[in-house]
Amino acid sequence: MQTNFSLEQLKNPDTAVANQVLRSCVHCGMCTATCPTFLLLGDELDSPRGRIYLIKDMLEKGQPATEAVVRHVDRCLSCLSCMTTCPSGVHYMHLVDHARAYIENTYKRPFTERLLRGVLGAIIPRPLLFRAALVAARVARPFAGLIPGQSMLAQRLRALLALAPTHLPGPSAVERPGIHPALGARKARVALLAGCAQQVLSPSINEATIRLLTRLGVEVVVAAEAGCCGSLNHHMGQHDAAMLRARANIEAWSALDVDAIIVNASGCGTTIKDYGFMFREYPLREKAEKVAALAKDVTEFLAGFGYAATRAAPGLTVAYHSACSLQHGQQITAAPKTLLGRAGFRVVEAAEGHICCGSAGTYNMLQPAIAGQLRARKLANIKARKPDLIAAGNIGCLTQLAGDELPVVHTIELLDWMAGGPKPATVP
Amino acid sequence: MIRLPDPKPETLARRDAIVAGLSDIVPSTSLISDETRLKPYETDGLSAYRQMPLAVALPETTEQVAAVLRFCHQNGVRVVPRGAGTSLSGGALPMEDAVVVGMMKMNRILDINYPDRVATVQAGVTNIGITNAVAADGFFYAPDPSSQLACMIGGNVNMNSGGAHCLKYGVTANNLLGLKIVTIDGEILDIGGEHLDAAGYDWLGLLTGSEGMLAVVTEVTVRILRSPEGARAMLAAFTSNEIAGRCVDAIIASGIIPVALEFMDRPAIHACEAFAHAGYPLDAEAMLIIEVEGSVAEQDDLLEQLKAICQRFDPISLKVSQSAEESAAIWKGRKGAFGAIGRISPDYLCMDGTIPTSRLPEVLRRIGEMSDSYGLKVANIFHAGDGNLHPLIMFDANDPASFQKAEMFGADILKLCVEVGGCLTGEHGVGVEKRDLMPVQFAPHELAQQRAIKSAFDPDWLLNPSKVFPLIDPVAMAKAA
Repeated sequence: MQTNFSLEQLKNPDTAVANQVLRSCVHCGMCTATCPTFLLLGDELDSPRGRIYLIKDMLEKGQPATEAVVRHVDRCLSCLSCMTTCPSGVHYMHLVDHARAYIENTYKRPFTERLLRGVLGAIIPRPLLFRAALVAARVARPFAGLIPGQSMLAQRLRALLALAPTHLPGPSAVERPGIHPALGARKARVALLAGCAQQVLSPSINEATIRLLTRLGVEVVVAAEAGCCGSLNHHMGQHDAAMLRARANIEAWSALDVDAIIVNASGCGTTIKDYGFMFREYPLREKAEKVAALAKDVTEFLAGFGYAATRAAPGLTVAYHSACSLQHGQQITAAPKTLLGRAGFRVVEAAEGHICCGSAGTYNMLQPAIAGQLRARKLANIKARKPDLIAAGNIGCLTQLAGDELPVVHTIELLDWMAGGPKPATVP
Repeated sequence: MIRLPDPKPETLARRDAIVAGLSDIVPSTSLISDETRLKPYETDGLSAYRQMPLAVALPETTEQVAAVLRFCHQNGVRVVPRGAGTSLSGGALPMEDAVVVGMMKMNRILDINYPDRVATVQAGVTNIGITNAVAADGFFYAPDPSSQLACMIGGNVNMNSGGAHCLKYGVTANNLLGLKIVTIDGEILDIGGEHLDAAGYDWLGLLTGSEGMLAVVTEVTVRILRSPEGARAMLAAFTSNEIAGRCVDAIIASGIIPVALEFMDRPAIHACEAFAHAGYPLDAEAMLIIEVEGSVAEQDDLLEQLKAICQRFDPISLKVSQSAEESAAIWKGRKGAFGAIGRISPDYLCMDGTIPTSRLPEVLRRIGEMSDSYGLKVANIFHAGDGNLHPLIMFDANDPASFQKAEMFGADILKLCVEVGGCLTGEHGVGVEKRDLMPVQFAPHELAQQRAIKSAFDPDWLLNPSKVFPLIDPVAMAKAA
């Protein structure tokens, strides 16, 4: 596609990358077909091709973002379904990430929105603060119905409270920094991203991961200085905060001698695998590339490492919900299903498996109406397959799909269970 | 840049009033009138041509479409209908003084009637959306344009779209049973229905391929077919385009009708393999995808015969797909071919001429010669079985000279198609792209007859008036006649 950047504009490395991405787009429109928001809203402006065009126009003009552009870019889930579909290999993720940062730098959002985004970006990545906030939200939850009106703010506050879990597990000891030695002979040594929100909402995921890996002969290191991967800030365009968090992880993991960096929240995995790109203009680039290359989703690692069930098949039908960050962001589709099958579960997939559940990081808090429609659509498709439970590899999806009839559980908890671990609490 | 009719100054002057009028008809979420948000609607699948519209309306019902058209008709405002905006001939290119009427919100399946094997859907349902709705019950909708994932059935009707499997099943016109249309004055008409052969004159035939110039299609009733028991694709690799072309001709001459017979040349093979990882022969100058379907015995028998024919042309390799995954990858590469060219060239023009299949070798050779003389690369990807060529001319839109050369190269290819006894367009439509070449195909009195049909439906030429015919003032011309 033709672009109109001046040579002066192209000296900016971010603009140069955006130009490359835009030039690779041939405007064929295939991406519109698999975009969740285009499916719901039926407007080119809420499709990847429309957003690419809006972003192109914004960047070419070089002027501050306008409300019109912000509205449609904000509605993008960053599910990256368009990237799976695109025959031309357009790197939409890099373009929209840049657009979000550009918006953050040039557009002044209304006060309440700035406050909300600021609070989300500051609290969720910090487990202690997040835990305190969730306790407070639990107290406030019964009063959600008292928030009046249909304004975006009212909808968002109600969505926030609705997402707060009714039961919050206590903090787990296992994800504290330290080394979990392999049981038996050590076959590999890995670092584990202990993460941020997940360890508060569902500490059993890290517990299961460490149990299973150590049992298989893998030494697991939780690095003291590593924390949130930065994606939460990254996807809200909070560039500096994202880079700060990513930098801490890169430094922490670079100091270790490990065979892989294991990620069990696929949303984080997609970002960590992009660290090399994020730091392309920084001195940390080489280290970032190395970390990115070592990052593996836990199912990706297990598929290559070896996994076998030790318990008898439980006779349960699992609907595997492929998180967008796994199937589109990391192009990992077969491994989780193969592993669940090897664990003895009957694995089914719902129709429209390529469509996002609406979680998308903070999306379900910032765009509750669209997120709610996607959730309902996803659950209806899953229920049509009559499974006993839903498995997914991303805490965002698990939170988004919880609270309906079907139990939701992380893939790794099921794998750990069938290989000798305890039965996950959510499994009936 | 393509020339469009002069905008009507009175329409431009009344812009705000027109937008206000439309806002009484469609919901606020269905009306776009600010410059920033109109921008992405300035083009379709042929992004080299661009024009900002006056406004965009996205009606949700046939009644809203009718009200929008009635309003535009009463106010003398031009209308450009739009489906998914995947046209490669600029069929949905807006005009400065026109309201774009997009059908994307009308994306519901209305009725599936298995006993009679028909489905009725809204115009904004995607082509694949029809098959997806009936696939679990063992049915499919046959025409399969390469953009079937995204393109919408209303657009398919307006362009009489084909696809890889049309060699056996025919194009849109052969699979269409009924339409709900809205005329420019806002009248809603039902034509045909859930039965074969609509009563009276063949209005369906007239409307199919009318490129949004006669009416706006809002609902479509199509034939659905039982899915075949199975299908298998074979890849045949050859040492030159000409030899592959001769092989195509030999297959068709043998009387065997494969379900699909697709051609790719070297640049296309490499671009598509990079996208689909289908195991395409990277050492070949040209490749045929030959697909057969039916029972396993039927497939085996046909494949043996086809292999024997291919052997006569010294193929580099012959490979039969061994699994459903392999077949899916083969087709993923073919159907994503146009986009995949984006990997080797920033821009392309996709031509769409048809030729008698016996002239394939000659036409391919001459396209190669033109490519050399224009200094522009060309990738050939097309439905060889029915002689429908899709040469993709690669250029750089950021270099105006390169674009100009590409346009001239394209025109020469289409003239060649007509010269050897073929036609300007197989399935993409004339649009704006081939508009000025129509006199190559048609004599003046033939064009006048076609314009008269347009005038009968739309005397003021308000519906998509800048497409298909070379630009003259058709209203004045009709009056003079």
